[in-house]
Amino acid sequence: MLSIRNLHATVDDTPILDGIDLEVRPGEVHAIMGPNGSGKSTFAHVLAGREQYNVTQGAVQYLGRDLLAMSPEERARAGVFLAFQYPVEIPGVSNIYFLKAALNAIRKYRGLEELDAMDFITLVKEKVGMVKMDEALIYRAVNEGFSGGEKKRNEILQMMVLEPQLAILDETDSGLDIDALKTVADGVNQLRSDERAFIIVTHYQRLLNYVVPDHVHVLDNGRIVKSGGPELALELEERGYEWLNELTAGAA
Amino acid sequence: MTNPEHTVYGDEFRGMEKSLPGSQAPWVRALRADAMETFIEQGFPDTRLEEWKYTDVRPLARHHFRASPGLTTIRESALQSRLLTSEPAHRLVFVDGHFAPELCPFNTLLKGVTLTSLAFALENRPQELETWLGRNIDMGNPGFNALNTAFMRDGAYIRLAPGVALEQPVHLLFIATGKPDTVATVRNVIVAGPGSKAQIIESYFSLNDAAYLTNTVTELSVGDGADIEHYKLEQESETAYHMAGIYVTQTRDSRFTSHNIALGGKLARNDLTVALEGAGADCTLNGLYLARGRQHIDNHTRIDHHKPQASSREWYKGVLDGHSRAVFNGRIVVHRDAQKTVAQQSNHNLLLSEEAEIDAKPQLEIYADDVKCAHGCTVGQLDEEAVFYLRSRALDEATARTFLIYAFAAGVLERIPLVPVRRYLEEQLTGRLPGLEFPGLTGEPGSVVA
Repeated sequence: MLSIRNLHATVDDTPILDGIDLEVRPGEVHAIMGPNGSGKSTFAHVLAGREQYNVTQGAVQYLGRDLLAMSPEERARAGVFLAFQYPVEIPGVSNIYFLKAALNAIRKYRGLEELDAMDFITLVKEKVGMVKMDEALIYRAVNEGFSGGEKKRNEILQMMVLEPQLAILDETDSGLDIDALKTVADGVNQLRSDERAFIIVTHYQRLLNYVVPDHVHVLDNGRIVKSGGPELALELEERGYEWLNELTAGAA
Repeated sequence: MTNPEHTVYGDEFRGMEKSLPGSQAPWVRALRADAMETFIEQGFPDTRLEEWKYTDVRPLARHHFRASPGLTTIRESALQSRLLTSEPAHRLVFVDGHFAPELCPFNTLLKGVTLTSLAFALENRPQELETWLGRNIDMGNPGFNALNTAFMRDGAYIRLAPGVALEQPVHLLFIATGKPDTVATVRNVIVAGPGSKAQIIESYFSLNDAAYLTNTVTELSVGDGADIEHYKLEQESETAYHMAGIYVTQTRDSRFTSHNIALGGKLARNDLTVALEGAGADCTLNGLYLARGRQHIDNHTRIDHHKPQASSREWYKGVLDGHSRAVFNGRIVVHRDAQKTVAQQSNHNLLLSEEAEIDAKPQLEIYADDVKCAHGCTVGQLDEEAVFYLRSRALDEATARTFLIYAFAAGVLERIPLVPVRRYLEEQLTGRLPGLEFPGLTGEPGSVVA
């Protein structure tokens, strides 16, 4: 589904990603872990098409297409979704209007008819229940005045309504209490299927207690320095990121 | 130092002086004649004056705008989209500056409310107006105020007796039929007695594109404990000139709220001046200006804190596209006696093109020592992080930008308590931003996904 080869990227001429290789197959959940500044968020944003990040080398194939040649909206329409660490507030535009515009843009691209108002509202209300979000929030301006937890739930709500093929979660778990964390995990688990893949970017292991990944990769200085199964996340939790220094020192 | 450009107005004035409303009252004649003299002396303002530094009225001064000779009949259906509310609001309609009684619905007023044409009042009971007409206006601001006072044709005269509260808004519509080189000289006088309460809307719009001039002045006196909410919706033709002054005085514990929305005009200037002359007075100035093409929109506001414990807050936002230009000059003066003043001001501008230009100037002058004053001013472009967020949700770039422009302006609209006005403005705003549908951007459950 997603095939990343030797991906290099810079931000304002500073190299951040330094040769990433990753293969994601349908149905898989990959966790990307790493200390602050390791390039995790940049990696997530590059996949979603943030233009501020410059890809200097490498190639990314997504469902047989050259992902890097696609605009952010083309990627979204083709099923890529990024849950933001810091979702943006959009005053004056209601959440539900925004969701409807997004969903219809995707449906139109796929040659489906736009959902009518009744079907849409029914769909949204069902998903709102699943993410345990206060229904009043869907009529409020997008993320405006939302608490940190509400913003993250809103990201998961968007994910559930848009039903992406490849969902990338950028530290969606950071700053969440245990209830919200479980809601995020439930959202991911409900969407898990043989056709859909997830890349979960996280600093901590705790989300992975609830969403058990197939693969865990450790990112440091813009490279994947270690890959393994779910047990790698536990090991990292136990030993801390200082352990990486030993790893990289050992490799050198 | 007379100037031929100004003397044409002097000649016109002498020719029509006797036919102007109120001419049988000596004080009205004197007020007009003095104003004409002032205008001949002052002429039109030029860019050497600090207050007119960024707004050049020479193109306007070169023309001689004549009063439109009489009332042009228009159909009521022409107003339909501008009425804001289906409810029977109190409505006065003026066409090219002339009162159009046949377009005003009959509506029973409460006892203690005067709502009539100023010309009618000047003809029939001028003594009632003597205290108020010309009381608040700043003749030191050259040109248009003097010209307005000399030629004032008609407008609304609203008077609220003590304690009277109007439940429905008063809607004043000023319509231009678009006769080139004509001027509508509008003068509104609003006197709100102690403890009275009303919402007053002034709408200015044109039935077509033409290079006409609207010269309008509103004088508003807000008595002790009175509460006045004032709306000005300026949607003149984008080839027209709109010169406006709103002069407000507030006494003890009164409240005044202004919602000043400027969308139209080739050249539009608003002078909004509030004098807080009583302790505990409170004013809120909420403003939005949208300019595109080669529009030029200038907002000059001034708030004078004369007495203690008064508060003022001011929020102005502008969105500029194309080669447009805007000016925001927000002056707040806290005088020596005005201890415990609380004043805050913000002005935020969004520039959508390289060629658009804003001259923003907050001016705080504080002569009292125990005050809380704050101001903030920004000029910027759309936040690219936010654009990316929307694009990552499948919206194309143009739509993403439109959403964010709307979001920027929406803050001003959200402060508008009168729902029909807010809805109308949301519609006007979405109409100017391609890619948005209306309704559905904001709102309550049930009203949303239509």
